[in-house]
Parts: sequence; C-alpha cells; structure tokens
Amino acid sequence: MPGEPSQNGPDVPTSSPPDELPDVVPDELPDEAAAEPTSKKSGSSHVLARYLTLRLVLIVPTVWILVTVVFFFLRVTGDPITAAQGGRLPPEKIWELKQAAGYNDPLIVQYGRYLWQILHGNFGRTTDNQSISSLLIHYAPATLELVFWALIVAFLVGIPLGRLAARHYNKGPDMAIRGFAILFYAAPVFFVALLLKLVFSIWLHWFPISQRASTSVQIAMATDGHVDTHIYIINAIISGHFSYVLDVLQHAVLPGLALGLLTAGVFIRMVRINLLQTMRADFVTAARARGVAESKVVSQHAFRNALIPVVTVMGMEIAMMLGGAILTETSFEWQGLGYILSQYLLKRDFVAVQGIVTFFALLVAVVSFLIDVVNALVDPRVRY
Amino acid sequence: MAVVTPVLSVADIVPAVSGKKRQFPGLALLQSTHGIQRIMLLIGVVLVIFFVVLALFAPVLAPYKFNAIFTPQLPPSAMHWFGTTVGGFDVMSRVIYGARTAIEVILLAVALSIAVGVTLGVISGFIGTWVDRVLVLIMDALYSFPSLLLAIVVRIMVAAGHSGPFAGILSAAVSITVVFIPQYFRVTRNATIQAKVEPYVDAARVAGANPGRIMFGHILPNVSQSIPVLMTLNASEAILTLAALGFLGLGIEPNSAAEWGFDLSKARSDLINGIWWTAIFPGIAIVLIVLGVTLIGESLNDVLNPLLRTRGGTTTADEEEVASVIESTDINGGLDGAQRSTAGAAPPPQSRGEP
Repeated sequence: MPGEPSQNGPDVPTSSPPDELPDVVPDELPDEAAAEPTSKKSGSSHVLARYLTLRLVLIVPTVWILVTVVFFFLRVTGDPITAAQGGRLPPEKIWELKQAAGYNDPLIVQYGRYLWQILHGNFGRTTDNQSISSLLIHYAPATLELVFWALIVAFLVGIPLGRLAARHYNKGPDMAIRGFAILFYAAPVFFVALLLKLVFSIWLHWFPISQRASTSVQIAMATDGHVDTHIYIINAIISGHFSYVLDVLQHAVLPGLALGLLTAGVFIRMVRINLLQTMRADFVTAARARGVAESKVVSQHAFRNALIPVVTVMGMEIAMMLGGAILTETSFEWQGLGYILSQYLLKRDFVAVQGIVTFFALLVAVVSFLIDVVNALVDPRVRY
Repeated sequence: MAVVTPVLSVADIVPAVSGKKRQFPGLALLQSTHGIQRIMLLIGVVLVIFFVVLALFAPVLAPYKFNAIFTPQLPPSAMHWFGTTVGGFDVMSRVIYGARTAIEVILLAVALSIAVGVTLGVISGFIGTWVDRVLVLIMDALYSFPSLLLAIVVRIMVAAGHSGPFAGILSAAVSITVVFIPQYFRVTRNATIQAKVEPYVDAARVAGANPGRIMFGHILPNVSQSIPVLMTLNASEAILTLAALGFLGLGIEPNSAAEWGFDLSKARSDLINGIWWTAIFPGIAIVLIVLGVTLIGESLNDVLNPLLRTRGGTTTADEEEVASVIESTDINGGLDGAQRSTAGAAPPPQSRGEP
C-alpha cells in the first residue's frame, strides 16, 4: 500500500501516483496501523515531494484563471475612467485620459499588458494615480492582523466548544452549542459587528468603536523612528510602550470577536463531527477495552487525531475568512484591504478594485497551498 | 470532508430513507425526523412560511410604502413601530418589503445557478475530454475564490447601465448566481460520470438517441436528486451574499426596492448617535430568514440526500451522517452497540491491524 510507514525507504517509485487534492489521501488511521511494519517499502518523501510540487504547480492555472475572469468581467462593459469620471468630465477629456492610460487599445492588448504587469508585481495605478502595489503593501498587513486575531478567537472558542459538544453528544450542551453554531452562521458578520459596537462601545464604553488604534497612538507609532511593519501589535511592541500595546489590543477585541465568532461556528462543527467520528474508530475502542478512562481516551487518543481534518478544512476557511474580513473591516473602519476595497467600490474606481481582487486571489491560492503543506507535514498519513 | 467519509458507506444510511423516497417530500421529511431534529425542522418551516407571507402580502401588512418619507430618526412609537431612518424611511415597512426583495432574489439566483451549473455539469461529465478538464479547472478556481469578491466583480459587470426595480433585482441575482454555479456543476458532473456508463445510457445510444437527448432526457433526471438539498443550503448563503453586497453599497437602489443589507449599511453611522433601531430590525430579519432556510436545509440534507454525503459537499452532510449512524448504534446501548455497528459498517482499511 502506498503511503505505508517507511521513513527510510528512499526512492522506490510508488505504484500509485500522488493525487492533486488532499482528499484522496488514503484513509487510514495513523498510530495503530502505522505501528505494524510492512514489507512494501515506498518512497514516502518522494511521494510527499511530488504531491507538493504538483500542488504548487496547480497554483499557476488557478491564479491565471481568476486574473483572467476578473479582468474580462470588469472590462467587458466599459473602461474604468468612464466608470469613475463619466458625466463629470467632457468626452474629449475622458478620451485623452483613456488614451494616456491605454484604455483605447484592443481589450486583448490591454489584457496582455495587464498580465505582464502582474508578473512584475505591478498591479497598476488607481484613477487618482496611486500605485496599487504600494496600497497593497500598506494595507495587507492590517488584514493579516485581523485574520490573526480572528483565528485566535476561533480556536479559543471553537475547539473547546466542539470538544464539549462531542463529549455530550445529543445532550444539553451539544444542543446548545450546535444552536450557537447555527446562529453564528445565520448572522451576517456585519450585523454581529454592529451589535458588538452597539453593546460594548456605545452602551458600555468598554472598547473603542472603530479603527485599529487611537489616532494619537497611530501617529506616535508612525513617527517614533522604529521600523514600520504595518502590523500594529508588532509596532506597539517594538515601540516599547505598554500603553500602545494595550491600546492596539483594545481596538482589536471587537473586530477579532466579530470575525472570529463567524469562523468559530465552522470550527465547532468540524471539531465536533471529527471527534465523533474518531471516537468510533477501532483504536479508540481498543483503548477503551484496555480500560483507559473515558476522559483520557478523548484527550490523548481521539482528540489530536480529530484535529487533523480541521487543519485540512482551514484551507477552505481562509477564503471564507477573507470574505468576512472585507465586511468586518468595513464595519469597524479597520484600515485593511477590505476597507479600502469598499472605499474604492464607493468611488467606482475599478482599476483599484481589480488590483485588490487580483491580490486576494493570489493570497487565497498561496495561503491554501501553505496550509496544504502544513497539513502534509502534520498528518502522518501523508508524511509516511 | 472527503478525507473521512469513506469510513462510512452510503449503505449505512440508505435503508433508513429509501422506503420514503417516492412519497411527497415534505411529508416524508417530517416523518423521517424525530425529537430535536423535528423541532428544528418545524422551526425552520415556520420561519420560512412567515417570511413568505410577509413577502406576498407586504403591501397589506406594511404600514407604509417602503420608499415613503417621514420625519427622520424617530425612535419606535405607535406611528412607527420600528422607528424611522436617517433618510426618513419607516423601518418596519422596509423590513417587511425587504422580505419580498430577499425572496425574489433567492428564487432567481437559485434558479439561474441551477440552470447554468447543472447544464454545464451534465455536458462536462458526459463529453469528458479536454472540455471537462478545462471546465473543472475553471470551476475549481472560481470555487476557491472568496465568494463575496466574485459576487462583487460580477455585480460591477452587470450593474453597468441598468436601473429600475426589476433590473436591480435581476442583476443582484445574477451576481449571486456565479457564486453557486461551481457547486451545482461539481455535483452534477460527478453524478453524470457515474451515470453515463449505466446500461440505460447505452440502450439509448443504440436506439439512436442523439447526445443532447441522452444528456438531458436520460441522464439529467437521474442525476438531479441531490439538487434540492444543495438548493436549500445555497439559499441561505444567497441571502447573506445579497445582504453583504447591499452592505458594501452594491445592492439595490433604496427607492426601487427595500433591501436589508443596504439599510444596515446606512445604520452604521446611526449607531454613534445611539440610534439602534435602524440596525437591529433589518439585522434580526436577516438572521431569522437565514436561520429558517438553514434549519430546513440541514434536515433535508439529513433525510433526502445520501448522494451529497459521499461527494463531500458540506460539513453538514458528514455531521448528520455520523449522527444518524451513532443514533442507530445507541439503540443497542453504549459501547457494545458502537462495536457492533463498526463491524457492520464498511471496514476501514486499517482494520487488518486489529485481531
């Protein structure tokens, strides 16, 4: 069987080719099955390398398709300058602008030029003539920071609750937690954001209502001469002022909660269902039969194995989280990619929108590749 | 979650529902649920019926027209139960008319995405070759993309130069459609690939039926059973996408239709002044309708759809699958039952390691 234990077996070609998607990994349970040595030696590191290479190569067509789709969808109905300035400027002036920006060329020429630009890391310029690449560098770290906080919330809330629900299957806690998960699925993230703002900022005054940090702190951090990473929590720590760190953390609580609870709903379901499934596995039954206490069965035998599929699913969750981040950022005026995207949407600056959306496509492709790599490294079924 | 699905075979679940498959779906659905699940289904149905009634009878139920203007920012009172907005709209009327917009958009979006997704899926699965490969690659790329961004891009494209109430709803629906086409495509394509080697397809071919007829006359009816479930699951996402578009200012013009997401985006600036009623009521409406559709979708998924389970479409399918298996084992009681059922289920590959 390919993918069987053999850490040393070097480059014996395997009979089955590595598949392109993670879900075709042979469904075996790690520990107990792996304990038995087999006579068949397969090149495990070879398989892993081939799998990862194929996965890496597949990023290219994926991103290319998305870039192409976005380009033609946005350009087929008109050029960005008419969209942004139509009616406000005389037609001759618009024609001049279009000529200068190259929008009078055939679409296919523009498309080729756009691809060429993107290959060089140039995402074009907004209609108010800012470099989109520098916008991305400036705002993307903020989005990453938000996603980071949200992931912390999602892990802290989702995994213990999922575990609790699975342990009390079909009893009170399970019902309550499932209800909670469905409710957070049903509530749009921007409504949750508005509710959090209303309760915790306006009524209780516990947390600031918007932005990533107080204006004074933002200015202080930007001008204190330290490296500007655009990630405020790191900036605050570098600056060495505890009050800055506190200020940044306070601003992060509500946005992190809004996006994190949305993600936690998914985590709860994943952990719960995987733990339930793992609890039925033979090696868990074997542990029980050996007289291992139920709590120990869950914590030491089943739980970690149940987490593996959760990592797998995170690849898909990233796309959902980035979508949620756009709405969360808009709700909290958190100045990240999603926030500026919504600003440029309102301004009808579709070059900027195109650049940001393209960047998101790239981001999703790369992040889900990285998660697959982590997954391949974490999951013994892939590693051996 | 295809990683874990092979442990459970479809055969575990099918006997429980196969006898009821030919009946009227709603009744069969209710009969095959029990306990908390039946309660969830009933809550879902009640919620959805409530919103359908609101949508159908909006002109009768709403106190005013959705675009009638009053004194702005009035708190809830006898005249305006839910208060008025900054723009002077009556919040209650807009919440009620919003149900109409939401349901129109859902129906259109789901119908359009089924039409396109299923057609492409059948063609792709039936023809195979490079057509299939290219379509799969495109659909997978679209599927991996954040759906909201996709909807935004399409929305910009279709919104160019459209106005009027129906055009607004249609273009909103089209932009949501794109999000779901890959899902219908996947499900139908996979089912078609399985179905096209069946004897009845060969028979049709021998009898001289042309490919179009085989695809849409013979295969399509046989691959469409998992669509209703996907439909309900997608309907809730469609509402959320519509609201998100509205929230980002890409929704429907406030004067041509009432749309909850748009109202919420306007409520954002009200909050600072302590005006809560413009945000709470449209928000609750979204939560309730999504909740209703989701609850129905989950129950349907559990009962009607053994196919989707093996396709790895959603986590819900797996969840319900395990739930039903474990429930059946619980009858035998505790550990004993669990062991017995494991032995009865399709043996997992690693079982050779056990004595």
